[in-house]
Amino acid sequence: MNREEVFKKINDIFIDVFDDTSIVVGEETSAKDIEDWDSLTHITLISAVEEEFGIKFAMKDVLGMKNVGEMVNIIMEDM
Amino acid sequence: MEKNSFVQLKKNSKKNMDDFAKYKIAVLGNCSTQHLSTALKGYGYKENYNFELFDADYNQIDGEIFDDNSNLYKFKPNYIVIYICAEKLYEDFVKTDISLRDKFADNIINKINNYWQIINSRLDTNILQFNFIEMDDKVFGNFSNKLPNSYIYQIRKLNYLLMELSSKVKNAFIIDLNNIQNTYGRNEFYDSKLYYIAKMPISTNMLPEVAKQVVDIIKSLNGRFKKCVILDLDNTLWGGVIGDDGIKSIQIGELGLGHAFSDFQVWLKELKNRGIILAVCSKNNEDIAKEPFENHPEMVLRLDDISMFVANWEDKASNIKHIQETINIGMDSIVFIDDNPFERNLVRSIIPDITVPELPEDPAEYLTYLKSLNLFETTSYSENDKDRTKQYQAEVGRESMKNSFNDFNDYLKSLDMVATVHKFSEFEIPRLSQLTQRSNQFNLRTIRYTEAEIEAISNDNNYITLSFSLKDKFGDYGLISLVIMKKIDANSLFIDSWLMSCRVLKRGMEEFIINSVVEKAKENGFSKVIGEYIKTPKNSMVEHMYSKLGFKDVGDGKFEAIIDDFKYNKTNIKGDIENE
Repeated sequence: MNREEVFKKINDIFIDVFDDTSIVVGEETSAKDIEDWDSLTHITLISAVEEEFGIKFAMKDVLGMKNVGEMVNIIMEDM
Repeated sequence: MEKNSFVQLKKNSKKNMDDFAKYKIAVLGNCSTQHLSTALKGYGYKENYNFELFDADYNQIDGEIFDDNSNLYKFKPNYIVIYICAEKLYEDFVKTDISLRDKFADNIINKINNYWQIINSRLDTNILQFNFIEMDDKVFGNFSNKLPNSYIYQIRKLNYLLMELSSKVKNAFIIDLNNIQNTYGRNEFYDSKLYYIAKMPISTNMLPEVAKQVVDIIKSLNGRFKKCVILDLDNTLWGGVIGDDGIKSIQIGELGLGHAFSDFQVWLKELKNRGIILAVCSKNNEDIAKEPFENHPEMVLRLDDISMFVANWEDKASNIKHIQETINIGMDSIVFIDDNPFERNLVRSIIPDITVPELPEDPAEYLTYLKSLNLFETTSYSENDKDRTKQYQAEVGRESMKNSFNDFNDYLKSLDMVATVHKFSEFEIPRLSQLTQRSNQFNLRTIRYTEAEIEAISNDNNYITLSFSLKDKFGDYGLISLVIMKKIDANSLFIDSWLMSCRVLKRGMEEFIINSVVEKAKENGFSKVIGEYIKTPKNSMVEHMYSKLGFKDVGDGKFEAIIDDFKYNKTNIKGDIENE
């Protein structure tokens, strides 16, 4: 899976979790850009991404990732 | 039944639920419970409930329960979910001096008992207490099983003590969290990272299953539970086709494939013994279909386990409707089990209210799958539940005798019916509470009472209570109706509850009951009885009941009988009235 494909999948997960079809995520998208992206929804998001890609984030990654680009980096390393 | 993801429940939780039944749920935990609350709200939507959630702050169980001014008491919940997670509790355990650890479970159970007592002294509610998942700290390895001061030893003891305690507290129900973990495994149930980051001891994937167990209990407390299983025969109850293979070749018994079917039958028999009615609906010739029940040495189920046996070549939906009308229960309380996907889809599409599990193809998986659905949740059990099969068999006997009479009144006379009436007795409390929870159709105000509430009412001088039992020459119906009357002033009695089992409908029982009500009011010096009808989606059959029985419609759903002017109703039922 290339970076573009991972992004596409991630975008679908965001749409699902935030229940908002207008969401388009990019490398720099962060919690500031999506109103409902609070710490609770972050947990839901992490679980959904793990499930979709069959990976497990490390604790420090969950707490440390600054934007969607970093999330994709970790996914691509783990896959 | 579709798989629920937490994300789906989260979406559900934001949908419009204005038309659904409203209940308030408070969630108290020593861990983070926001996701659990969201899952409950979202699962409620799936079951047509509009739950209003109060999610207490992290680790505030003591504060919410002990402070009589807390938000918990202001909220006045219908249900209080208490979740003391074993992961956090372990912190208390390790702080306990080693010499005192063998008393850890006893101390926690005292604390829980105290919670329940305080809640019950301040609120009219139901308590849903999570039990404890088994986690072993592996400090002693398997040896901890021999050590009363190990954590796993104390956790297991705690679960045992919790069962003991809940069996004594009528409005406290245990959510068997440990059983969910046993089914799915610790590694699936617990996500250590989520616990450390967010203090969530339940993984996101497991939340829907946990929410389901909570909502299953709430449904049961609201009278939404299963009463009957209708069974297909060939390749459902036994392997093979009786009409083609013959009695010697069907698979049932200890050996090979037969074992799976025998085990399934054992389970069905256990359900029957606890009060679930079994019926058969099969495309077969009746005599051939009955042969294994009569003559196969290894069949577990016999004809006397089956309340109604329908085998013919009609379509199954029509046969199921016929069974439902004869035993007279709601379609939504029936489960239909059939191995054939065509029959399942047909029945589902014609009868949307019935539950039709999507049985796995492999008979070895039948039981595992059916158990995973938790279809038979109940919040009460009374001794006479086990007689229910006999009662319904008698009913099928009455139905066929009815057809031999030209005049319905002659038929009723021939039944030799005798009713027993008395004030609520202590022994009847479980059954009385159960009746308030089970009865949907013949129920004038549809107020559900827990056992504790029934007990309180029966001891309260402001109430007059009557319980009615009926028998006839075919058998004993047992306790089939109750009336709760409240004194509202010196002259008037208000009928707070009147409900009756539909099995005795149109036998003259409703006439007998209302006569008894007026008689009892008169005996106690009242001059007026007031009844009320509150409409629900299911009780339209009693909309005009009071008018029909001689009460005057005074508007607003209320009906009155002036005792001196009341004309007693005719009935063929003889009374056996016990006065206290």
